[in-house]
Amino acid sequence: MAEKLISKIPDGPLAEKWTKRKSELRLVNPNNRRKLEIIVVGTGLGGASAAASLGELGYNVKVFCISDSPRRAHSIAAQGGINAAKNYQNDNDAVYRLFYDTIKGGDYRSREANVYRLAEVSAAIIDQCVAQGVPFAREYGGYLANRSFGGVQVSRTFYARGQTGQQLLLGAYAALNRQIAAGTVTSYPRHEMLDLVVIDGQAKGIIARNLVTGKLERFGAHAVVIATGGYGNTYFLSTNAMNSNGSAAWQCYKKGAFFANPCFAQIHPTCIPVHGQQQCKLTLMSESLRNDGRIWVPKKMEDVMKLRKHEIKPSQIPEEDRDYYLERRYPAFGNLVPRDVASRAAKERCDAGFGVNETGLAVFLDFSDAIKRLGHQRVQERYGNLFDMYFKINNVSPWEEPMMIYPAIHYTMGGIWVDYDLQTTIPGLYAIGEANFSDHGGNRLGASALMQGLADGYFILPVTIADYLSHKFAEPKTDVANPAFDEAEKAVQARIDRLFSIQGKEPVDVIHKKLGNIMWEYVGMARNEAGLKKAIEEIRKLKEYFYSNVRVTGSQYEFNQELEKALRLEDFFEIGELMARDALNRNESCGGHFREESQTEEGEAKRDDANYMYVAAWEYKGEGKDPELHKEPLKYEFIEVKTRNYKD
Amino acid sequence: MEFNLKIWRQKNAREKGHFETYHISGIEEDASFLEMLDILNEQLIREGNDPVAVERGCQSSGPVSFDHDCREGICGACSLFIDGRAHGPDDHVTTCQLFMRHFKDGATITVEPFRSPAFPIIKDLVVDRSAFDKILQAGGFISVRTGSAQDANSILIPHEKAEKSMDAAACVGCGACVATCKNGSAMLFVAARVSSLALLPQGRPEAARRARNMVAKMEELGFGGCTNTRACELECPKGISIEHIARLNREFFNSKFAQ
Repeated sequence: MAEKLISKIPDGPLAEKWTKRKSELRLVNPNNRRKLEIIVVGTGLGGASAAASLGELGYNVKVFCISDSPRRAHSIAAQGGINAAKNYQNDNDAVYRLFYDTIKGGDYRSREANVYRLAEVSAAIIDQCVAQGVPFAREYGGYLANRSFGGVQVSRTFYARGQTGQQLLLGAYAALNRQIAAGTVTSYPRHEMLDLVVIDGQAKGIIARNLVTGKLERFGAHAVVIATGGYGNTYFLSTNAMNSNGSAAWQCYKKGAFFANPCFAQIHPTCIPVHGQQQCKLTLMSESLRNDGRIWVPKKMEDVMKLRKHEIKPSQIPEEDRDYYLERRYPAFGNLVPRDVASRAAKERCDAGFGVNETGLAVFLDFSDAIKRLGHQRVQERYGNLFDMYFKINNVSPWEEPMMIYPAIHYTMGGIWVDYDLQTTIPGLYAIGEANFSDHGGNRLGASALMQGLADGYFILPVTIADYLSHKFAEPKTDVANPAFDEAEKAVQARIDRLFSIQGKEPVDVIHKKLGNIMWEYVGMARNEAGLKKAIEEIRKLKEYFYSNVRVTGSQYEFNQELEKALRLEDFFEIGELMARDALNRNESCGGHFREESQTEEGEAKRDDANYMYVAAWEYKGEGKDPELHKEPLKYEFIEVKTRNYKD
Repeated sequence: MEFNLKIWRQKNAREKGHFETYHISGIEEDASFLEMLDILNEQLIREGNDPVAVERGCQSSGPVSFDHDCREGICGACSLFIDGRAHGPDDHVTTCQLFMRHFKDGATITVEPFRSPAFPIIKDLVVDRSAFDKILQAGGFISVRTGSAQDANSILIPHEKAEKSMDAAACVGCGACVATCKNGSAMLFVAARVSSLALLPQGRPEAARRARNMVAKMEELGFGGCTNTRACELECPKGISIEHIARLNREFFNSKFAQ
């Protein structure tokens, strides 16, 4: 089966690969495009931009989302910004440097060619968004403003206050609305994909549940695009939206699409700490805050104890008694080290007993220096809405006292395996944005998720998918009466019937929380062999418990959020198990994946390039059987692979 | 903390709804309003008050359905009318950013869906706001093809204009303005989009057309007219000012003169 992992990376110099591939790709004549149907599942930055661009080209597009409107997709919550190699700041930025930072930030576990292409199209994204009316921040002269993000030494991040994701999504959503009005795209909100339909080895449609009526509906197409984001909610508590889930991608895996690097999950260093048992969602505070905020814990244990008892306020601790541990450990990058490094450093201080709140799981992010240096007005412009948000949640003003933060699950770098054309191992099935694995390796840099979603959706997929469709226009439209649709619908129906038949006592969320605890404990910021084995065992036990104790209220043919959650949780069990299995296989520390067995004497992550410089792509082998591991070796022809160093 | 919750229950768009009252205790001050509803739902599921039970004569009807997603105040999904106010008693927040410390211990809290003829009820507290999508489809965009844009810095936009455009663009499309307005008008929603784009040079070529088409669509979909009561501005979770309605009116009249 190894022949299935053909990455289709074009030959030739790095900077010419994408141009070369584009010139080879076959085209579809405009008259033939309207005969071709494409399903796009998901309406975040990737899905909305892809559906809009494909519609503009004249294809017949059907776009699906689980929310009441495409605009609610979780891309909307991205705060800080989007990277682009514009070099507007004259700080010696370039496509090559963005490429290099991204490969290095990803700890040398992503493909050179994909990452270079991402950097190459980044500038066009900003042009496109500005033309759509995205109100990016501007200098007084009217030119675009930039800021800096973790893991880099230039300012290449474009932003719209702390609402960059919202503004970019509204741009893509507007482009999508224009196509819906033009009739090239049909929108299906409140529809959830529950299975992929494969006919003669090719992706030909989906089974979706209409979330209002509860009916299962069939949709056929010539190709299917998955843009449903990541699987961070496996952990229950994460910064993902409550309804974000891995199910569409997981159904593709079960129909034959390989799933790559599932253990690469990003833990974001600056989230609001957990406040109690009743919490269901963690809130991110943008990484952009690390531009001007300084992270610290007290040097003296007695100060820690007083803080926990609320005997002193953090602002009362004198400068000399503060440990700015990132600046201490990583002088060259300071507070702007990549996310995985910052998260582990916070864990290290808290494990050593210096956590600053009652739970011992929090550090400070302090703006007092920035307020002194920049003045109230400038800080207000940059971070005002984030300060307000922090105050609303915590009832503490960051203008007076430092914020408290702690790492939380935020993003998944792993995802459906795709080749250079973003096609999965199932012909006709494509995966874009966070749903695929391709660009971020072991760790994603800040402000790069928005860049990837829009690069895939506006500029890459609409071009590459034509190559597959170029010889499909003569084929008749997919007939949804085909037995493959019957079979898929029957399987979905059986899953639903089973869930209703259990009639136990436990609410879905309660069991999901238990899964989250297992994942955070054993497949979280630090992992080891014994723990990962235990995780697999515990997840299986919990899954069994679920199938005899869950209570799914109501019925199928109505708006039923409990049924939605139960179906997603079934998949989270399996995703969690594959994450643990992949983490167990990868006995090295790299990016967000930290194996305790593989660290330096100073506690820094130790990569093992001799044994693990590959993409781990897992193939589903059937219920109850072990998945098969395929390895795509990563070759670095244009850069020197080094140990990541953010110290000097 | 403990509360009595008077919650609107309605099986679907066709059936009549009614209020049910539930008691809940052991709520932390720092819990959000939606976390409190999660806890209530957990309780209702454990009690087994599902629709089947209702047919057997049980009063309540399973967990309460409500729209929610990001729980960070940005997706605009949550849409509760709490104690007579859209998004509840705190100012300029969405429901998900409302915390229980804003309520008195032991209080009775009334929870209703956003009410408007243009937002039919789907179930309990969940309403259908697809009318908003339809208004935006009528013209809430700039017609630019993917790949045809010039260099981003070739369009200069004064800092103040970009900031003002951003103020309007902050709209999350939640519908609080409609739910609050005694006329059920969507003027603030329409104005936010029209104004945000009209302030930018890229948005000028279609400004008049956009205003005309979006207003016409709003009227067609059953939203009421604006009588300048300013209630929308007070309840908008993003604090969008009615100065944008003035700009919409300007664009709208310009479009009429041009015709």
